[in-house]
Amino acid sequence: MKLTAAYPESLTGKEFHYCPGCTHGLIHRLIAEVIDELEIREKTIGVAPVGCAVLAYEYFNLDMQEASHGRAPAVATGIKRVHPDRVVFTYQGDGDLASIGTAEIIHAANRGEKISVFFINNAVYGMTGGQMAPTTLTGQRTTTSPLGRSVESSGYPLKISELLSILEGSVFIARVSVHNPAHIMKAKRAVKTSFQYQLDGKGFSLVEFLSTCPTNWGMKPVEALRFAGEEMTKYFPPGTYKEVE
Amino acid sequence: MEKRLMKGNEAIAEAAIRAGCRYFFGYPITPQNEIPEYMALHLPQYGGVFLQAESEVSAINMVYGAAGAGARVMTSSSSPGISLKMEGISYIAAAELPCVIVNMMRGGPGLGGIQPSQADYFQAVKGGGHGDYHMTVLAPASVQEAFDLTMEAFEIADYYRNPVMILGDGVIGQMMEGVVLREPVKLEELKEKEWATDGAVNREPNIINSLFLDAVKLEEHNLKLKAKYDLMREREARAELYKMDDAEYAVVAYGTSARISRSAVDEARKKGIRVGLIRPVSLFPFPEKIIRSTIAKTRTYLVVEMSLGQMIEDLKLALNGKRPVCFYGRTGGILPLVDEILESIELMRRGEGIEADCCLS
Ligand SMILES: Cc1ncc(C[n+]2csc(CCOP(=O)(O)OP(=O)(O)O)c2C)c(N)n1
Ligand code: SF4
Repeated sequence: MKLTAAYPESLTGKEFHYCPGCTHGLIHRLIAEVIDELEIREKTIGVAPVGCAVLAYEYFNLDMQEASHGRAPAVATGIKRVHPDRVVFTYQGDGDLASIGTAEIIHAANRGEKISVFFINNAVYGMTGGQMAPTTLTGQRTTTSPLGRSVESSGYPLKISELLSILEGSVFIARVSVHNPAHIMKAKRAVKTSFQYQLDGKGFSLVEFLSTCPTNWGMKPVEALRFAGEEMTKYFPPGTYKEVE
Repeated sequence: MEKRLMKGNEAIAEAAIRAGCRYFFGYPITPQNEIPEYMALHLPQYGGVFLQAESEVSAINMVYGAAGAGARVMTSSSSPGISLKMEGISYIAAAELPCVIVNMMRGGPGLGGIQPSQADYFQAVKGGGHGDYHMTVLAPASVQEAFDLTMEAFEIADYYRNPVMILGDGVIGQMMEGVVLREPVKLEELKEKEWATDGAVNREPNIINSLFLDAVKLEEHNLKLKAKYDLMREREARAELYKMDDAEYAVVAYGTSARISRSAVDEARKKGIRVGLIRPVSLFPFPEKIIRSTIAKTRTYLVVEMSLGQMIEDLKLALNGKRPVCFYGRTGGILPLVDEILESIELMRRGEGIEADCCLS
């Protein structure tokens, strides 16, 4: 009989601390399943961010390093340069990657650093209580944009996938959503492709996940999934932005 | 043994390679550029990696990753760049990662200037970044010592799992002297780092981390770090004593200012003044015991620094009010001159300038 669902070995089994309806946990699971399927658990090293996923090192059953805020791509670079035959990934929120860590992510991508980056775009700073992120949608209310994000004062939501796809060092860039099963399956395929590119020694890859933060969006879990699937995707269209042969 | 004429910066880079350092991450800044340039040229020949990072912030975080992955790794910079590294150094100390960081100090604050200075003493020895931690800090006063201390720095870093800083200045970095090169360490003989993240094969995962949300755990962790610092105080404190056997007066200086002070001590001796030099080689741990051992004979101490007076605080703590301390310093990139120090020694002997703790400046 074929085993169709089991708890991934690449997760420790420790209960996630994420809020109900938050898709951080689901994304952890997708990554862990792919690591199991590729049988790379013993050669994979993950880098956790500063953000709600700061405790990712307790959830992934892998060698892990916890980076300072935004610096995960630099930390991953250090690891990968020492162990080029291992698989190295970062897991970063949008405050972490798209605000404080923009220099690190752009240069890691531009160097063609052979790492996989999983970028969790939930349009807010989750951990610190729902402040505006660089990815907050225009007009979206947050604790630091109480009247809604204004383009006049805060500029535009930052499109990381589009931005990184024009760099020559990136080989695979995709934006995925996890608001329904069909999209979840696509997201998982993107994770696998990203790792595959790294295993083939090709270059930098990034998967951007449109993720929910029901707590700070002030929504019920189902509403939050709808918002991610219907509202976020308008400004942040899912798709493969780069796929080098 | 091989002997070579080298700049201080080159000697440090060569020493690092001979100590088994195969990874270097840095960002250009004067007056330390010979270190990354030497590494860029030589590391690839040893199968190592030189990477010019996008900033000092990135460079120190690459060091964090590489150190956590088990490698001997180094970065170097000068004052403004070291300020940028401070967040990363705090994380490195907290996560107990061994690495070597070189600071070839230049005049500050702010962008300051590019001339030699010792104004980053506080930042180096008191922590520098946030939190309860210390780097181990070694201060060479010659090119040979820059070489020797760098090789040792990697051993100390690995032994204590702590960042070690080589604290020099533009003079130490740029000056050329003959260096006797020690034999390279054998990489295969280095102790295995069983805590490193290199893939969890047949073992529980290793985690490199500095987060302790539970205050009780964090206090425990900080006490564990303190125990290491106490052990360093016990075992790693060092200073060179020059003409101190019969010294009624002592000049206390490190690095470049110690070299100049040494000449001033020789001049003063010619005038019949019984003065010696205490040259701290480790700045953290500060060689308190060695300094206290001189109290029996020494009446007054003169601190000479290329700053407005930073190490003087540690000297005063070491003496704990038992002896008066005076000070002579130049700042902003100006070197103290032998004559100026000699004048301060004479003032000290006449008992002047002590109240103000400052003879001249
Ligand atoms: C240097 C620094 N600045 C600020 C913080 C505070 N901080 C913690 S998490 C965070 C933002 C996290 O948001 P994001 O990256 O979007 O992740 P999320 O929590 O939404 O998953 C901030 C600003 C910090 N820990 N370190
Ligand atoms: S605050 Fe938001 S991002 Fe953080 S766990 Fe809760 S729902 Fe998820």
